[in-house]
Amino acid sequence: MAGNQDNMMPDQNNVPKVKIRNVTKTYSSKRGDVIALNGFNLDIKENEFICVVGPSGCGKSTMLNILAGLDNATSGEILVDGNVIHGPSPDRGVVFQQYALFPWLTVKKNVEFGLRLKKLSRQEVSDIADHYIEMVGLQDFKNSYPKELSGGMKQRVAIARAYAMQPKLLLMDEPFGALDAQTRTQLQSELLKTWEEERRTCFFITHDVEEAVILAQRVIIMSARPGRIIDIVDIDIPYPRNQETKMEPKFFELKNKIWSQVYNQYLEQRK
Amino acid sequence: MSIQKKSSKIGVPNVVYSIISLGAAILLWLFISSTEAHVVFAKPSEVFAALSKLFESGKLFVHINASLYRSLMGFILAFACALPVAFLLGWYKPLQLIFYPWIKFVKSIPPIAYISLVIVAQGVGENAKVTVIFIGCFLVMVINIFQGVQNVDLTMIKAARVLGAGDFTIFAKVVVPASLPFILVAMRLGLASSLTTLIAAELTGAQVGLGQMIQEASMYFEMDVVLMGIIIIGVIGTILDQVVSFLERRLTSWQETRTI
Ligand SMILES: Nc1ncnc2c1ncn2[C@@H]1O[C@H](COP(=O)(O)OP(=O)(O)OP(=O)(O)O)[C@@H](O)[C@H]1O
Ligand SMILES: [Mg+2]
Repeated sequence: MAGNQDNMMPDQNNVPKVKIRNVTKTYSSKRGDVIALNGFNLDIKENEFICVVGPSGCGKSTMLNILAGLDNATSGEILVDGNVIHGPSPDRGVVFQQYALFPWLTVKKNVEFGLRLKKLSRQEVSDIADHYIEMVGLQDFKNSYPKELSGGMKQRVAIARAYAMQPKLLLMDEPFGALDAQTRTQLQSELLKTWEEERRTCFFITHDVEEAVILAQRVIIMSARPGRIIDIVDIDIPYPRNQETKMEPKFFELKNKIWSQVYNQYLEQRK
Repeated sequence: MSIQKKSSKIGVPNVVYSIISLGAAILLWLFISSTEAHVVFAKPSEVFAALSKLFESGKLFVHINASLYRSLMGFILAFACALPVAFLLGWYKPLQLIFYPWIKFVKSIPPIAYISLVIVAQGVGENAKVTVIFIGCFLVMVINIFQGVQNVDLTMIKAARVLGAGDFTIFAKVVVPASLPFILVAMRLGLASSLTTLIAAELTGAQVGLGQMIQEASMYFEMDVVLMGIIIIGVIGTILDQVVSFLERRLTSWQETRTI
């Protein structure tokens, strides 16, 4: 554990922010063991946008939950800024697929939830919340309850809530998976814009290869279960990107390359 | 125009429907009491006469007070105990495994079945009645609040945890508000149970109380008083239910789908 051989010299640009070292996860049940992850290794650089794609059930959510500290790895370890993680931390924000807003709180109070647990004055809490609510364009719905919002708006609140904590690492588990195609594209554009401004390190899971290519700097392709990385594709399309980027030949080329690998894994799984 | 009015809170159409509904009920009552059923089903005028007689003698409020005191006392004590117990059971698995089966077991027994036991232990006085009501109410409410605690969406707890919440914050800011709808349902069921048990307890013997009043009147075949007593119990039940409904509207309007 302690004897990891990488040098720990803090060199702003190339030292990885997050190191995932040989993480495995086995779920034991009466009907036997399920190996969800089998040796997952990845370095995530500071400010990087990473997307993870792979067939359903390959362990993507499992990896994200372990990164969030909501679940423990069976073996292996995760270092953030050189420190082994133990349990969840506000430094690692999570956006869940099912929004996970608190229905009894208004939009503003939802965004303030984590901020209030920090050592901040009331005014600071309110200002930060306002800033991020504005960032996702919901300033007119500050005092609405989640039930009064559409799915896309709820997910915007969840994103604002995660961003407001100003985490070192943002973890998103298919955040747009439950949305219709149009809302999904719109939120992709907004997320891109926000990332281009703030460059917050992102670990983003998706089923949608197109979504992965438009957002990410690197796309991680996972194998069918037991999940491990089979390829990492650099997306060398410069930012700022927008929906027109999807028309570029380069985009097509990368998308097809990734898609065929994901499809092969899907066929693998069917066998 | 009338369609728009309907959606407003104090719209005229709703009141009109209420009046029609009440009128229809009285007509039905008049009809039934004019048939052979009159032997057991007194006329509205007779019931009203019985009501004013009892009201003037001052006995009416003695009965109502006695009954309300017993049922509300039992209910309030039960609620005060059920709330912490249900949360403890939900929070600590071992407690749940030890106590919950027994709670469910005793819950499956109608309180009337153990009234005799309590009366022998505590005599026929007020305490016995409050105790029986307490037990019935407590069990109903513990079970419902506990289910609420169990049903708290796990992703909600995860969301709180990644936002930096510790156990206490999760309890106070997530588990309690998330179970509030169940707490209110529990209150509603608890009140209903307290009323049911109350009347059963009073029928088995009491000096005063609505149940006792009905029991005594039926022995002298005063069916107007019997029917009046039954209606008063119905009115009290409805009022208590409305109080909980009011709380529900105030406290859980955030809910996606309202539990009735
Ligand atoms: N709590 C659990 N107990 C037992 N097995 C589990 C548990 N959670 C996940 N698994 C198993 O682990 C595997 C990986 O699950 P995971 O949720 O990580 O998949 P995923 O890649 O996120 O899939 P999807 O794309 O459908 O969300 C699955 O085969 C699943 O059956
Ligand atoms: Mg998943």
